[in-house]
Amino acid sequence: MNRENPLVLGIESSCDETGIGIVRGTTLLSNTIASSMDEHARYGGVVPEVAARAHLEAMGPSIEAAMTEAGVTFEELDAIAVTSGPGLSGALMVGVGAAKALALSTGKPFYAVNHLVGHVGADILDTRGEPFDYPTIALLVSGGHTSLLLVRDLVGDVELLGETIDDAAGEAFDKVARILGLPYPGGPQIDRAAEGGNPAAIRFPRGLSLPKDMAAHRYDFSFSGLKTAVARWVERAEDAGEEVPIADVAASFREAVVDVLVTKAINACTDLGVPRLLLGGGVVANARLREVAAERAAAAGVALRIPPFSLCTDNGAMIAALAAQLIMAGKEPSSLGVAADSTLPVTEIQVAELTAGS
Amino acid sequence: MFLAIDTSTGTGVALVDGTGKIRASRVLEDTRRHVEVVGTFIQEVLSETGTAPAQVTAVAAGMGPGPFTGLRIGIAAARAFGQGAHIPVIPLVSHDALALEWYENGGTGELLVTTDARRRELYWSRYTGLDTDGIPVRVAGPSLDRPDDLDAAETARLADGTAAPHRVDAVGIPAGALGILALRVQTSGREHAADEALYLRPPDIAAQGPRKRVS
Repeated sequence: MNRENPLVLGIESSCDETGIGIVRGTTLLSNTIASSMDEHARYGGVVPEVAARAHLEAMGPSIEAAMTEAGVTFEELDAIAVTSGPGLSGALMVGVGAAKALALSTGKPFYAVNHLVGHVGADILDTRGEPFDYPTIALLVSGGHTSLLLVRDLVGDVELLGETIDDAAGEAFDKVARILGLPYPGGPQIDRAAEGGNPAAIRFPRGLSLPKDMAAHRYDFSFSGLKTAVARWVERAEDAGEEVPIADVAASFREAVVDVLVTKAINACTDLGVPRLLLGGGVVANARLREVAAERAAAAGVALRIPPFSLCTDNGAMIAALAAQLIMAGKEPSSLGVAADSTLPVTEIQVAELTAGS
Repeated sequence: MFLAIDTSTGTGVALVDGTGKIRASRVLEDTRRHVEVVGTFIQEVLSETGTAPAQVTAVAAGMGPGPFTGLRIGIAAARAFGQGAHIPVIPLVSHDALALEWYENGGTGELLVTTDARRRELYWSRYTGLDTDGIPVRVAGPSLDRPDDLDAAETARLADGTAAPHRVDAVGIPAGALGILALRVQTSGREHAADEALYLRPPDIAAQGPRKRVS
């Protein structure tokens, strides 16, 4: 296997995006994404079975499209990589099953990697400047995850500082959008509705930010109470026969989410003496999150890094990039007996590396 | 050399040569470990027979019927193997492999096969025999019913004195027979099953109702 500048195909199917990425070392050759988002819209959230069925149908055509775009052949590949967790089990299994068979039919080594660490690895493919040094703090925010990581070494040492104890931030956007009568997905809808709204109009709660909560949950998040607070506020206004000021509610809700996300991330940077913050996940599309993160990072002397949006949402390129790093670091392939693990911890960057005697 | 993969019940993988001989096969009845074993099984049938991936000429994919989560894994694996090796994937109705095996073992007359669909339901198909190409003739199914409803339908169908079919309530799909079926389908040049997973059930979802109050 070429360990200098390996050509890797990465498969991602942990949620509603079938992502196929191809990288050569740290160079992105293709980032093909098929999304089943439209099929979930009328249900107000990702339906796991609908997502899994869509993965099965999108997998082959997506692989074909990525290979064509990258202009490479299966024979030229050095390895096949796949997300084996965390994520939706049924969805993950489609990718893992396909990746194993593809590795076998092409005779290429198989690498099973961690989805969340993949989000951090996406930074490597960002061509605007040099990649981040380590250690770095990473804030990953999507419809399924809200996690704060301390990355000391991308291929060897990732620690979970905190995560949501209930809803993911993206999920909160979807639920509040529904309260306000806006369609799914909620993120862009709330962003649009918040235009011209006053973010200080309503003081919605900042989850797990009181002193008593900060003791046990300094880096954890909670958005369930916030969602309920918004619902109560809207219901009270409706009951009183008042017109709901959607722009103010959306802006104030968004401010509460962004405030708590950025505060805790910057806290981690300051507490741990790590002057670098990387953002990842689909919620990074939120303009207010990027704006507040930039302001507060600058004020705290923290360098902020936000990969291009196509590398922030779920994608196969980040999986290929992480596997390429593992290969370049001398890691052996994963066992073909790897399972899909819906709750794979971030400490498992690569799953089931084959070592002598295993 | 045909590689056959089926995860519509447990996991079955087999390698069948061009003469229709089963050269190697692996089976696991466990219905919750498809993704763990499918790769290892493919690797084992290849290595046991000294077969390079390039020597495999087609992949037989059991399209079900089967409960969704497991069923998809074998189909995804079969398609990906075919794609990586640049060889055709032959989609087949999994029950047809059970019928082929039963008739090849001397069974005659009508055959009703069932497999577990979970949720106290059965997947079933009915056959009358093998045709001149050695391919099972499916006259009903694959369908999904509760056991009582299937029995009632059969009783009604047989009310005119028609002889009851032999019934096989199978726990697994013989991947070797699936490979033989693929060989016969390809040799006959006939149209085979549609290239779509036979879930026979819609996803469990309901469109959103009106918003519920929290206060």
